[in-house]
Amino acid sequence: MPRRTDISSILVIGSGPIVIGQACEFDYSGAQACRVLRQEGYRVILVNSNPATIMTDPEFADATYVEPITPEFVERIIAAERPDALLATMGGQTALNTAVALHRSGVLQRYGVELIGASVEAIERGEDRERFKQVVSSLTDLPGGPPEVARSVSCHSVEQVVQAAAQLGLPVVLRPSYTMGGVGSGFAHTMAEVETMAAIGLDASPVDEVLVEESVLGWKEFELEIMRDRLDNVVVVCSIENLDPMGVHTGDSITVAPALTLTDREYQRLRDIGIGVIRAVGVDTGGCNIQFAVNPSDGRVIVIEMNPRVSRSSALASKATGFPIAKIAAKVAVGYCLDEIDNDITQVTPASFEPTLDYVVVKAPRFAFEKFPTAEDTLTTHMKSVGEAMAIGRNFTEALGKALRSLEDPRAPFVLHGPVAQPLPQLLADIARPHDGRLGQVVQALRAGATVDQVHQATGIDPWFIDQLVIVVELARELAEARDLTAQLLRRAKRHGLSDQQIGAIRSLDPDVVRALRWALGVRPVFKTVDTCAAEFAARTPYHYSSYDEETEVEPRTKPAVLILGSGPNRIGQGIEFDYSCVHAAMVLSEAGYETVMVNCNPETVSTDYDTSDRLYFEPLTLEDVLEVYRAEEVAGPIAGVIVQLGGQTPLKLAQALQRAGLPIVGTSPAAIDSAEERGAFGQVLREAGLPAPRYGMATCPEEAVAIANDIGYPVLVRPSYVLGGRGMAIVYDDRTLISYVTEVTLASTEAPIMVDKFLDDAIEIDVDALYDGQELYVGGIMEHIEEAGVHSGDSACSLPPITLGAEVIEQIRRSTAAIAAGVGVRGLINIQYALTGDMLYVLEANPRASRTVPFVSKATGVQLAKAAALVMLGSSIEQLRLNGRLRRVGDGAAAHPRGPIAVKEAVLPFNRFRTSEGDSVDTILGPEMRSTGEVMGLDRVFGTAFAKSQIASYGELPTQGRVFVSVANSDKRHTVFPVQMLADMGFEILATEGTAEVLRRNGIAAQAVRKHGQGKSPTGEPTIVERILDCDVDLVFNTPRGHSVNGDARRDGYEIRTAAVLRDIPYITTVQGLIAAVQGIVATRQAQIGVRSLQDWAIELDRAQES
Amino acid sequence: MTDRQAPQPPASGAEPAILVLEDGRVFPGRAFGAIGQTFGEAVFATGMSGYQETLTDPSYHRQVVIATAPHIGNTGWNDEDDESDRIQVAGYVVRDPSPRPSSWRSRRGLESELAAQGVVGICDLDTRALTRHLRERGAMRVGLSSVDLDPDRLLAQVLAVPSMAGADLVDQVSTAQPYVVEAVGPKRFTVAAVDLGIKAMTPKLMSQRGIEVHVLPAQVGFERLASLGPDGVFFSNGPGDPAAADQAVALLRQVLAAGLPFFGICFGNQIFGRALGFGTYKLKYGHRGINQPVKDLTTGVVEVTAHNHGFAVQAPLGQDLPTAYGLARVSHVDLNDDVVEGLELRDPAGRLIGFSVQYHPEAAAGPHDAAYLFDRFVQLMTERAGRADAASD
Repeated sequence: MPRRTDISSILVIGSGPIVIGQACEFDYSGAQACRVLRQEGYRVILVNSNPATIMTDPEFADATYVEPITPEFVERIIAAERPDALLATMGGQTALNTAVALHRSGVLQRYGVELIGASVEAIERGEDRERFKQVVSSLTDLPGGPPEVARSVSCHSVEQVVQAAAQLGLPVVLRPSYTMGGVGSGFAHTMAEVETMAAIGLDASPVDEVLVEESVLGWKEFELEIMRDRLDNVVVVCSIENLDPMGVHTGDSITVAPALTLTDREYQRLRDIGIGVIRAVGVDTGGCNIQFAVNPSDGRVIVIEMNPRVSRSSALASKATGFPIAKIAAKVAVGYCLDEIDNDITQVTPASFEPTLDYVVVKAPRFAFEKFPTAEDTLTTHMKSVGEAMAIGRNFTEALGKALRSLEDPRAPFVLHGPVAQPLPQLLADIARPHDGRLGQVVQALRAGATVDQVHQATGIDPWFIDQLVIVVELARELAEARDLTAQLLRRAKRHGLSDQQIGAIRSLDPDVVRALRWALGVRPVFKTVDTCAAEFAARTPYHYSSYDEETEVEPRTKPAVLILGSGPNRIGQGIEFDYSCVHAAMVLSEAGYETVMVNCNPETVSTDYDTSDRLYFEPLTLEDVLEVYRAEEVAGPIAGVIVQLGGQTPLKLAQALQRAGLPIVGTSPAAIDSAEERGAFGQVLREAGLPAPRYGMATCPEEAVAIANDIGYPVLVRPSYVLGGRGMAIVYDDRTLISYVTEVTLASTEAPIMVDKFLDDAIEIDVDALYDGQELYVGGIMEHIEEAGVHSGDSACSLPPITLGAEVIEQIRRSTAAIAAGVGVRGLINIQYALTGDMLYVLEANPRASRTVPFVSKATGVQLAKAAALVMLGSSIEQLRLNGRLRRVGDGAAAHPRGPIAVKEAVLPFNRFRTSEGDSVDTILGPEMRSTGEVMGLDRVFGTAFAKSQIASYGELPTQGRVFVSVANSDKRHTVFPVQMLADMGFEILATEGTAEVLRRNGIAAQAVRKHGQGKSPTGEPTIVERILDCDVDLVFNTPRGHSVNGDARRDGYEIRTAAVLRDIPYITTVQGLIAAVQGIVATRQAQIGVRSLQDWAIELDRAQES
Repeated sequence: MTDRQAPQPPASGAEPAILVLEDGRVFPGRAFGAIGQTFGEAVFATGMSGYQETLTDPSYHRQVVIATAPHIGNTGWNDEDDESDRIQVAGYVVRDPSPRPSSWRSRRGLESELAAQGVVGICDLDTRALTRHLRERGAMRVGLSSVDLDPDRLLAQVLAVPSMAGADLVDQVSTAQPYVVEAVGPKRFTVAAVDLGIKAMTPKLMSQRGIEVHVLPAQVGFERLASLGPDGVFFSNGPGDPAAADQAVALLRQVLAAGLPFFGICFGNQIFGRALGFGTYKLKYGHRGINQPVKDLTTGVVEVTAHNHGFAVQAPLGQDLPTAYGLARVSHVDLNDDVVEGLELRDPAGRLIGFSVQYHPEAAAGPHDAAYLFDRFVQLMTERAGRADAASD
């Protein structure tokens, strides 16, 4: 059937900020959907609050709303745009929940908007666990009988949960309904755990429902990705097997495609069930994901759950198979049948088939426990990973080795040299607990002599996978014992995924020496193609992966190639923002006539969509792997350059080595990059330009650090050198804390010195993104942080244009930026952080590369900086880019137009994801270490409204009335009076701790004192503030902490208050500047209903304004 | 031509081995399964699961099968999934055999089963390069050896192997004696199933539908077949060139002339085509996999199906074609390459007389999307019985 002609405009809902469990895979899906729908001639309206997404680039939709994804805002967009249809299956749980809410409130019906992709009925049948189980059990006509579901009871109170657990027998699984990424779900092994988790789970569920379920802990776990069209054609796109057995969230598990340990009979049983389920649930124009548990001892199959939408797994399956699920799902949603859609890869066969793989795909999760040191790192059904890497190999061991080194975590690849550090009984005990790094310990256990069966007993990992690890362990032993490294032995080692580095460690050789030997012996990888069909048909799409096999498939080319090195797995501090810049470079350089070659290993991204670049290499971003890609492309044709500046720290770390190996790095030279990172060289640049920087020193021991700190004066900011995302940073106020910090960090990294900087208390922090071509500077944008210096720039909200900076400060910033860019030798982008105290503008740091804020700046100013940067790196001048319209013809992003919008960026933090081992929340306080996972943008004419939007988009609505709790550190009390006064004037009831209340009362604000947490309930039963927050008796929490209280009580109190607020989803603010902004937001919200406006509309107004 | 070896211990991949194609391309590898040499037609199979079913499928007789899925042997060998009484392939080519099987149903390893049955294989070579070669150049003869590693001598032997075109292989795989597969539950019908290389799953699926299946040797005469008083006749899958199967074609013509309901699978579809007067031809490299999209031209629905065929029926799409037995029509087509995947025969009143498919509704290995065809056969026999009853009233 052809596409539907009864609809002409479609609203697509994105997934909002990156959070754990919902990351850039939805940008990949949504961008594909938008592109396809526009190609089909539909008017596409998009809403997504996340400015770092490719999908919110104005060219991906006819009307792009960077607005909060809430039912209220989406309703306003619907009212303005009047779309015929709504596609909600591309934006994760956020989009699905919003669509269901709009349906329930009658909005969709009122505006005549049809839900396409999946109906509300199908969503409810798939998402409501009780109904889903009924659907599954009712499939009586399947060959082999109706599928089973885990026995379970749906509960709405803690008492019901306890009763159900007793009835089912411990352990049980608790699953709150309608949550994403498994928030609040997990195993309870004791009745005490049952009670605690029941309370958390009921709270996490928007419908106060928790399902208590029999445990299938330790069973094999499988997933199927399934598509269905309106003629009831169904295909299984991919099977995925979890290496970690049931009990670990699939997002936290190492997973493998295709499933490797099922006979055809068992696989077909899963397939039959999957198809039966998608039909019965009623997903009739789209895709879904179904999870199964299989009992390893008798093959009993339990259906776990389904997602009636595209998902993280569907993104993985798309990259793993070459079958673009989201793209096909979008076509199917508008009426096409699968057999009417071409397979992009072969271009001669239809999409109504099931991909078959002649390779193995391994996905490995990337965690960030180092950012949350107090958080419990046991892996459960509650997802904790922040990113993932995928690798492709011609067998499991090759793919696994590549996946682990793709993680860029030095602890991830197997340690195969030296003695085993722990005794076997200890290792066997450790691997019984699923945690990050468990597989590495499994390998140690095998090296220490454990049998496959012992490891299987301890971990539940299928013996087949363990046996494959035995191959690796035996090979390592052979390598260690061999007299010489022969070509044959090296080839075997490479075929099982060992890196040059691992081989070098085993042989006590430098990896470069191993590489030189390997090359001399002709042991090099070939590049195969992901073709959906195991070579049955010729592939037209150059989507490659390396393997130590015989025949390579890289085609020769005539156009000069540009290699773009991506940013690898998402992690805190390096995520979608860098992928955005890489994708933009690929787009613009393809347009400019280059053959773009993307190298990346993150399956969630747009950059690893085979449609993004001319050629895609799905490869780890290590020196070894990049050199092999380069060599393959060097053989294929001319190479114009290699771009390392856009993918964050990952490619930057390789720059020097790549240049030494003779690769043509374009843009800022590796030496210049290094000079900005290296304190001494950078200090020289600043001195020559006459720019001040805070005083600092380098210390290699605690005594040195103390001496420096006393010399420059407390507070000081301390950190290890060479870090991204503020890793390991702290603000220190006294000798004692400094000594303990240095001792800990020095223990952690032996040779790197510690930097001790003067910390500028109460300074305004400013971020600048600029472009420099060697002659001219183009300021992309100047961002004024809302939180004061000391909060990591990635965690701080900021405003563009800067709201309080005067013209002379902006001019000073421009001059300083130009001087630094010229001094460092930038060709392309540079990001500089400044701190303003009084009239003094200090340079905090400079990064001559694409920054995290490039997408935000680009969206806020309507100028796509990364595209311009890519062209500058390949030789264009800013003057040329102004002439051809890539940059503003006159002026730049520093000059805010009075008619232009104010853009506010707000960070989103993952505190609700983590618990300490005692089950408490981790502290939510902001600091110099970056911990946010994502960001949103609020865009409006005035700051207050823009800020309010950013808050709504990230944390929920600011209250416009009710009760505010205020508790501030002494140093903040002065600045707090005025904003609190405004709140009181607006009618808010003010609660405060005794000290704060007294100060407020003295200033004429009627503040009611409440009991501190430490005081406990009063004899008359008066509750503490923490209890009141937990009772949802407070609407806004304002609490500023300070590091050094005499006895530590203030800090503890703050912790209890903040975590209670997080638990109850009550807006909480931890800085004075944040409070002032919030008050402005509240004022704006109270004055009038906040409107919505598309980026395209803003652009038109700006253009007109600039012309006139 | 398969030099089936005496049972012996597995080679464990330690010994070198080579693979030589008839165009002279050589792939070195290591021995897998039995030590020895073997020859046949090189074909690749793209299924990611079901190697046990594939290896025991009689349609692979005299073929050396290349598994495109790299890991083979993961689930070992069990006592339930064989599709015939022995491994049928002439040789087996895999990339990464599993040292240790893992499945609760596994009884022994794949390699020891290959060795025990004397089947020569090769592993540790670039199976994708080999597959691409066959895709570009077409299926061709091949030799594997782990005893004589001289490519030239092996090539000379490869060139002496008769080609698959024109090969009549049915008698080499057909049952010597008739046997009966009892109906499960009350018996509803009797079917005469002519074994041209039948897979065990086919009579099993029929029996589950109340059919008593009489599996007959390919050499069976029409009188013997008719003496069973069958409600329907079935022709199975099987190896070789349908153009060389004149005897089966003649038998089917007698069946059609007698007005017996007919169902055919794979080779049975080709025989049906020839009986109706259509030609058959050899495909460049055939369809062997479990992911092939086939469209039912009547309903427009696409099935994902299991395929194993190197030959196909030559018939025009979208027309009713008059034949000696009624109006024939192409009922199914492969969406990848428009190959005829099914035929239907109707009487002048438009009632179904017989039908066949080129693919494998019995699956094993493969998806169950097309299992409805067995129900259609039952329905055909039911309607026919109804008409017979009405006529006799």
